[in-house]
Amino acid sequence: MNDEINLITEAREEPNLVVIDAISHKHNSQPGATIPILQEIQDSYGYIPPFTIQKIAENINIPASELFGIVTFYAQFRLHPLGKNVIKVCHGTACHLSGTEKISQALSQEVGAKEGETSTDGLFTVERVACLGCCSLAPCVMVNGEVHGRLAPEDIRKIVNQLRETERKTEAATT
Amino acid sequence: MLPQRDKENRKWVIRVGLASCGIAAGGLRIYDALKTKLQEKDLAIEVKQTGCMGMCYNEVLVEVSSPEHGRVFYGKVTPDRLDRIIEEHIIGGQPVTEWIVLADWMKTEGSDFLAKQVRIVLRNCGTIDPESIDDYLAAGGYEALRKVLFNMSPQEVIDEVTRSGLRGRGGAGFPTGVKWSFAKKASGNPKYLICNADEGDPGAFMDRSVLESDPHSVIEGILIAAYAIGASEAYIYVRAEYPLAVRRLKIALAQAKEKGFIGEDILGCKFSLDTKIRLGAGAFVCGEETALIMSIEGHRGMPRPRPPFPAQSGLWGKPTNINNVETLANVPWIILNGADAYSVYGTEKSKGTKLFALAGKVAHGGLVEVPMGITLKEIVFDIGGGTSSGQKFKAIQIGGPSGGCIPARLADTPVDYESVTNTGAIMGSGGMLVIDESTCMVDVAKFFMNFIQDESCGKCTFCRIGTLRMLEILQRITDGQGKEGDIELLKELAEKVKEASLCGLGQTAPNPVLTTIRYFRDEYEAHIYEKRCPAKKCRSLIRYEIIPEKCPGCGLCAKYCPVEAISGERKKPYVIDSEKCIRCGLCVSACRLDAIVVE
Repeated sequence: MNDEINLITEAREEPNLVVIDAISHKHNSQPGATIPILQEIQDSYGYIPPFTIQKIAENINIPASELFGIVTFYAQFRLHPLGKNVIKVCHGTACHLSGTEKISQALSQEVGAKEGETSTDGLFTVERVACLGCCSLAPCVMVNGEVHGRLAPEDIRKIVNQLRETERKTEAATT
Repeated sequence: MLPQRDKENRKWVIRVGLASCGIAAGGLRIYDALKTKLQEKDLAIEVKQTGCMGMCYNEVLVEVSSPEHGRVFYGKVTPDRLDRIIEEHIIGGQPVTEWIVLADWMKTEGSDFLAKQVRIVLRNCGTIDPESIDDYLAAGGYEALRKVLFNMSPQEVIDEVTRSGLRGRGGAGFPTGVKWSFAKKASGNPKYLICNADEGDPGAFMDRSVLESDPHSVIEGILIAAYAIGASEAYIYVRAEYPLAVRRLKIALAQAKEKGFIGEDILGCKFSLDTKIRLGAGAFVCGEETALIMSIEGHRGMPRPRPPFPAQSGLWGKPTNINNVETLANVPWIILNGADAYSVYGTEKSKGTKLFALAGKVAHGGLVEVPMGITLKEIVFDIGGGTSSGQKFKAIQIGGPSGGCIPARLADTPVDYESVTNTGAIMGSGGMLVIDESTCMVDVAKFFMNFIQDESCGKCTFCRIGTLRMLEILQRITDGQGKEGDIELLKELAEKVKEASLCGLGQTAPNPVLTTIRYFRDEYEAHIYEKRCPAKKCRSLIRYEIIPEKCPGCGLCAKYCPVEAISGERKKPYVIDSEKCIRCGLCVSACRLDAIVVE
């Protein structure tokens, strides 16, 4: 069973219905396969491509409307592709008390995208999460799977600028 | 006190705490650097990873264990500090005392942190390598399973657990042995056992730490519970947001299978158990038993009415028993040491220990395990070392969004299910947040209501819409638009939401609002009638000002102001235009000279 979680979003292949079929059939032998199937598709593409929903629903023999209801019920699933870098801002209680709002504001100011959005250059997706469970390091954010804790607004600016710098360098190297 | 590992103490070994907190604080870099440096110096000392040592406030934690000095823990280890520790302690044989946070032979803040703790669930956390079944076996792992399979009938197991007084640690506190007996008596085949690791309360990380630090203890607990109720299949429903816990759990399951602890005819006895992991998909309500079952079955995780209880008709209509991670991790210890040894700890009705994720404005935050009956004050001050800010301790938030705020004047409340419930809060799963004077209680209530509003599954009208109306009222109070009668309206709605919701989420959702009104009504009134936020948190009720005498005119605040509300000339005091200012506070964080004040 390949349900390892992809921590870092890398360049992913284009969504493809053959792959969708393969993933559906792999899990379909076990009962209650819907969520594992969606999870693996999201692991493969970074999101659930909306055009695949009809196909998945056919594969597992439930109405597409019901599947859509499941996709939108769970916070984990998204219907839009992610930016190159994913920054999850923790809004747990400890982080809230330690000033997540300020971190969040500085972050959206710096990347040009609010929580739940992707920046227009496609570099950053900012997500809001309920709790990362690193309460002793509050306030914290998760950047591409790695937790950064005890942050001040200027720290988050630095992190974003470093990511931009890395991006510039890779771009320069490839062109 | 320090877990006993005398045999191990005789040799050199270095352990680095690599649970999520440790890794987030840079633990992996320290671990790698340590290995490289020891190699460079030709020192053949074993370096091991271990899980959560509990002292999250001291991460990265490194333990140097040697024949002469025993177990010595260093806190806040950085690559620079590492060099000196290697030179002086490991090569020179002289521990670097100023960085020691815990050692047998000296008094440290760490010894205070541990003095009142009793480590049953955490017995192996921070000592064994969570990815090594041999470490777990060496610490007496799977002995309880052997004892159960070879010497005890399922009924004897249930009797022992019932006698121990263990109650469900997920929050509701239902007696575990009794719950098991319902599932055992129920007819139906197969029976299922589910381990609920969908730890969703913001501010709670007990289950995560146990799974990351000692996954086998949970697996052993699952095996014993399954044997007791006669289950042949088990599911572990774990949050997808806990990648490290999932990874370590998978490794542990594979190892347990290889050693014959999971699968067919376990240890040659006629007991078989198949165990699967299911990843939660990010819905808080799935912590509720029937919603969790719906989610495993592949549906939207929405609760259904009980009865029938899962023990009669659970997963796919079969008898199902659901226990929380912490509950199950207690079980092997109880079986090995006996119900009497467990019930020594605690009060008349709440036995044993409880894990708490101690966080918020506390000096020494971390994962703590305390005997039931300890007072909140002891946890905050004796273990937690008081507030981190130096400000006055104001309240404790316990039980997450279902719990409530207990004020400082009730800090003598003992931690047991009944006493905590009497305050209007609930024990909950173990989130414990320390709140100081700088925190606005209306804002805290709004925070939790916002969370609940997001997470309500939408099935029950009062939970779906009632909580939204409550949130709107709280929003208007913190916006300075509160009206006379708002407090009464909140209370009325709260009662309705409690009465008219199907599951625990809705029934407990108003607790944060009700407890803050009960204990901090004056703060609500200050917001409503005086348009004033006593903690100076609520944006609409505060104003930022630059103190001219302190401002050197560096312009940093103006640079970070997102709305260009700050202006001035270099080297002269700047001014904030209160009309334009959105009270985001970024200028305060930017100013290095504390020249900006909140009025």
